[in-house]
Amino acid sequence: MKQMLFTWVLMTAMALCAIEVYAIEVYDFETAEQEALYQQLAEELRCLVCQNQNLADSEAGLAKDLKDKVAAFVMEGRSAEEITRFMVERYGDFVSYQPPMNVSTMILWFSPLALLLIGGAILVIKIRRTQS
Amino acid sequence: MKKVLFAVLPLTVFLALVILLYVNMGTHSERLPSPLVGKPAPDFQLPTLYSGRTLSKQDFKGQVWLLNVFGSWCPSCRIEHPVLAQFAEQKIIPVVGLNWKDEYLDADRWLKQFGNPYDEILVDLKGDVAIDWGVYGAPENFLIDADGVIRYKLVGVLTPEIIENELMPLIKELAP
Repeated sequence: MKQMLFTWVLMTAMALCAIEVYAIEVYDFETAEQEALYQQLAEELRCLVCQNQNLADSEAGLAKDLKDKVAAFVMEGRSAEEITRFMVERYGDFVSYQPPMNVSTMILWFSPLALLLIGGAILVIKIRRTQS
Repeated sequence: MKKVLFAVLPLTVFLALVILLYVNMGTHSERLPSPLVGKPAPDFQLPTLYSGRTLSKQDFKGQVWLLNVFGSWCPSCRIEHPVLAQFAEQKIIPVVGLNWKDEYLDADRWLKQFGNPYDEILVDLKGDVAIDWGVYGAPENFLIDADGVIRYKLVGVLTPEIIENELMPLIKELAP
């Protein structure tokens, strides 16, 4: 009897766990290309509330609104560039995980290259010295 | 000599890092610069909360005005509320509220409880206008000039210091 009760409690608990609902937003895209474009944009655009997440990963209210917006634009047939421009015009370059190349993002784009060159130069000088 | 240099190098890097982090302690990287500052404010057509009108950007032309994005669901707006109320009371410029993604009853209860500092309240139920204005967190404040150009944006809570040091000089400059 005790064992049965235990089994019952366990089963109920497991069933309750299974009920946990995951919010997956579903849009009725007409084509697979549209869905792919939406997915691509949702991953490239940043959630501005939780700034280290993209829209696809975020559950924030604003992220949901922006995803709705992106989905509506995709369904209207707008291009990726148009939709990204819409977001950048309102929220700035920061909204895109693929920052454009301009004066203010120069350091971002070229500092890895500069570091590589400096490192390489040091290496070359070192090797030359030990060889001579 | 060389050995000493190499021994000191990690320490130097460490100290440089400490200085860098210390200097950046005061900057809020979550507050993004708005690309809309200096540009014409996005147009809108919104119903008001109480006056039963539908207002657009044109209705505010010819005057400097403040747009304050708020919601009854926003805890920081409650902190900001007394500061904003004190500023609005002085009747320097019209203070317009943008009630962002709020239910009418909630907004009404909130305003009745804390007081309504606004000259007019626009209702953005779906949040479309907020997206057009690049809003990403309440409260946000925009200062719009007589030509309808956004001159200043603050993400976050207005403080008496910000009003005195940033907002007032700009208002004096724009509306002499």
